[in-house]
Amino acid sequence: MKKILIVDDEPNIVMSLEYLFKKENFEVFIARDGIEAIEIVENNMLDIILLDIMMPKVDGYKVLKYLKDREDFENIKVIFLSAKNKIKDIELGLKLGADKYISKPFSTKNLIKEVKQLLKN
Amino acid sequence: MSSFLVISIIIVYLSAIFYVAFWAEKNSKSKWVNNPYVYTLSLAVYCTAWTYYGSVGLAATSGLKFLTIYLGPIIIIPSWIILMKKIIKISKGNKISSLADFISLRYGNDRFLGALVTIICVLAIVPYISLQLKAISETFNVITNHTIFVNTIINDTTFYIAILLGIFAAFFGTQHTDATERHKGIITAVALESVIKLVFFLAIGIYVTFYLFNGPSDIYNQVSLLPNFESQKSINGLQGGFNWFFLSILSMIAIMLLPRQFQAAVVENEREKYLKKAAWLFPLYLLLFNVFVIFIAWGGNIVFHNQGVEPDLFTLMLPLKSNHEFLALIVFLGGFSAAISMVVLSSLALSTMLSNNLIIPYGFLQKFSKGESEQNMESIKNIRRISIFLLIIMAYFFYKSFTLDRSLVSIGLISFVVIAQLAPAFFGGLFWRRGSSIGAKFGIIIGFLITFYTLIFPFIIDSLIINSSFVNEGLFGIHFLKPYELFGLSIFEPVPQAFFWSLFLNILVYVFVSVYNIGTYRERNFAEMFVDNSKYASLHEDAYVWKGEAYVKDLKNILNRFLGINRTERALNLFFMKYKLDKNSQFADARLVNFSEKLLTGSIGSASSRILISSVIKEEEISLTEVLNILEETKKAKDSNKELQERDKQKDEFLDTVAHELKTPITSIRALSEILLDNDDVDFETKNKFLSSILNESDRVNRLINNILDLEKLASGKEKLALKKNSIKNTIEKSIDSVRQLALKKEIKIIDEKVKDANFLFDEDRIQQVIINLLSNAIKFSPPKKGKIVLKTKINKYTVDVLIEDNGKGIADNDLDSIFDKFYQAKNQTILKPKGSGLGLAISKQIVESHNGKIWAKNVKPNGARLTFSLPINKN
Repeated sequence: MKKILIVDDEPNIVMSLEYLFKKENFEVFIARDGIEAIEIVENNMLDIILLDIMMPKVDGYKVLKYLKDREDFENIKVIFLSAKNKIKDIELGLKLGADKYISKPFSTKNLIKEVKQLLKN
Repeated sequence: MSSFLVISIIIVYLSAIFYVAFWAEKNSKSKWVNNPYVYTLSLAVYCTAWTYYGSVGLAATSGLKFLTIYLGPIIIIPSWIILMKKIIKISKGNKISSLADFISLRYGNDRFLGALVTIICVLAIVPYISLQLKAISETFNVITNHTIFVNTIINDTTFYIAILLGIFAAFFGTQHTDATERHKGIITAVALESVIKLVFFLAIGIYVTFYLFNGPSDIYNQVSLLPNFESQKSINGLQGGFNWFFLSILSMIAIMLLPRQFQAAVVENEREKYLKKAAWLFPLYLLLFNVFVIFIAWGGNIVFHNQGVEPDLFTLMLPLKSNHEFLALIVFLGGFSAAISMVVLSSLALSTMLSNNLIIPYGFLQKFSKGESEQNMESIKNIRRISIFLLIIMAYFFYKSFTLDRSLVSIGLISFVVIAQLAPAFFGGLFWRRGSSIGAKFGIIIGFLITFYTLIFPFIIDSLIINSSFVNEGLFGIHFLKPYELFGLSIFEPVPQAFFWSLFLNILVYVFVSVYNIGTYRERNFAEMFVDNSKYASLHEDAYVWKGEAYVKDLKNILNRFLGINRTERALNLFFMKYKLDKNSQFADARLVNFSEKLLTGSIGSASSRILISSVIKEEEISLTEVLNILEETKKAKDSNKELQERDKQKDEFLDTVAHELKTPITSIRALSEILLDNDDVDFETKNKFLSSILNESDRVNRLINNILDLEKLASGKEKLALKKNSIKNTIEKSIDSVRQLALKKEIKIIDEKVKDANFLFDEDRIQQVIINLLSNAIKFSPPKKGKIVLKTKINKYTVDVLIEDNGKGIADNDLDSIFDKFYQAKNQTILKPKGSGLGLAISKQIVESHNGKIWAKNVKPNGARLTFSLPINKN
């Protein structure tokens, strides 16, 4: 069973994503801010993270940087999921090392497709 | 030594110098050419053949007086640096190519003034150049053992040398039409010659002091036995002291105003920071040059005692007397270097003045304004080339007919005094706004007339050996008008005396005429720019010191004629780019007019460029106060432009945040409904949960949109407040009622016992909105069950304060002001995002402020926040 972490501070977005990936047979972890996310990353061998950018305490960029600084996390895929959808935001996200950048609002079918695609490689 | 050998050596030496100049011109970007050492050494063009031979001559006859010529510059070096910085800045900013241009521009592009300065410089420097030719000729005769003077030009080596120097100056001096372009070839050659003359002079100094004699004390002991010794080692009491003082001042002026010094220090200056190196290196050079002067002079006095040898030639005669011919040749070459560097640089500087300030503005403008660019550029170069030759030929004939039997120093000092007449106009122009063109002209003319009367005329009479009672008896036998003791002033020697009177009257006239005649608006504007150059430096072109009408096409036509089509195109493109102007615009603004004028100034001088530009523009007079007002307005326009940009940026940020805040609920709605649509097997409970979330998020979107519109309405003042006399206590009660359910749910107490009543004008609905907002926030941040919210009112004389206090965690100190910003909470990453639009406090602030009230937040002890808003009581 693949392990997915959903990082977002909007309860309803979390709720929908949780339902979606449980249905696809993922083991789902949930974090409401960057600090919780890092705690979960440290304690579980994750496969993929869906990461919001604008979050309280520690934002998505910082979480990604934390992951990139550690060799033992190099196999974890990261998808940015953000309402910031200007070209320069997307470029910045990918430059920092995210595997995908999907802007909100997103199509759930497409999201699942992208996640599966990433995990296949 | 045979003259054939010496001539061959001269030719080899000159070829070497030509080669160096050629190399430097080719490699003008090399660091061997562009460095502070070359700059400093080029300043040493100050030391001419006069220094080389004349100082010794002066020291041999008059003791320490020679030192003044070098002490002056050394003393003034610290202030020289500061002045030079200012002068260089102004010159570069305005493309000034000579002293005449500088003075003429300062007094409003005055054509006559530029020409006057040029004439003064030519009068002063041509004899000075002839001095150098004389030195070359005399030393050549000494070293080749010619005892008879050559009287025909054809047989005179000096004539050919003069022609060669003319070719050198003309070739390397006119590589560019723009006279402000640096002449790397000439400057590098001059710097090299400065090294040569110093090394060779030190060599002869060491030879005399330590080889011919046994060190300085030996020379001193021997010379002290000679008669007249006392006068040779002192400055001759108080009277001598005065002479010393004025000669030092004179040389201070000379170091800045001699055309060749202005050329080397200002026009040829590549970087301002070179001055720092020159500040200590140049005085050091002068000191080194003077170390051995007195010993060579004394040595000569001892060796040639009572033999009738010209003291000016001691430097050369000492090695010859001991049959050290090679050393004598070295001395000759050192003096030759000193002479030719002065001749070349002076004739270059003077030719620029002659062409740009005299010949072109008075004779060729008409022709140029019709000619083609290449033809014009060639003509300008030819005018300069001819000027160079003309100057050198003039100097040659002056030397032939006048200076043969005069000492080097006397003519040199006369030149200094003539040049010094420019000092009041020059320095006054730098520091005194009121100095006017007419004052400068009168000052210079009076000063020159006095110099002529007290120095030049007696000198001419003297050298033509006309027996005249003029010097001893005064004009018409009036003793009061004796040229060397004018107005009965008898403590000075002739030169300091002439200097004193000429400069005194020059300054007097300059100041008085300037005070009584304030000059035109143009010169006042330039005065402002020169005196306060640091203030205007940044806006030179930008300064709208001009008002009128001009067309780009006309300006372009003029520029084409002098710069050629390509250079004009390039320059204008740069200009349009720099100021982000439309390339195809038809009308020229003040900046373009100033810019074009400056572009031309380098080629044809400031006066001509002004005349040409004026011919195509329609100009209105503009007073200084107007100029300042315009400058002030442009500054204001710039400021308000900045403000607009800032506001634009804020608006962009606001829209970004709004978009983000709207997308968040829409994301949830979209995801949840897509799941419901795609999955038929969602269980009943989940389905209900999803649907009610969709409903909540839809409400959130709606609320957000209403809030934004609300805020916009309030901020733009589109919605008028419904001001009525209301009871504040009543309004507070109503507000509490509408949040009571929320508070009960969290078991939070609301205490309103201390609320006192007041009736005054306010919009009840809006104030209720503020209170509800503040109460909801308080409920949100108070701990459940233990939460306590206290409401109070304070009735003051002019205001009513409403205070709402909770016992939550309080607000971080640096957030106290910013919580009222739009979306502050959404943007601020450290606070947990609350439910709400992030606009509540911004709207509250807007409402309170539309009532002319104030709202602020404070933390209270031990914990909790207090939000207060204060409304004015309108007595009407």
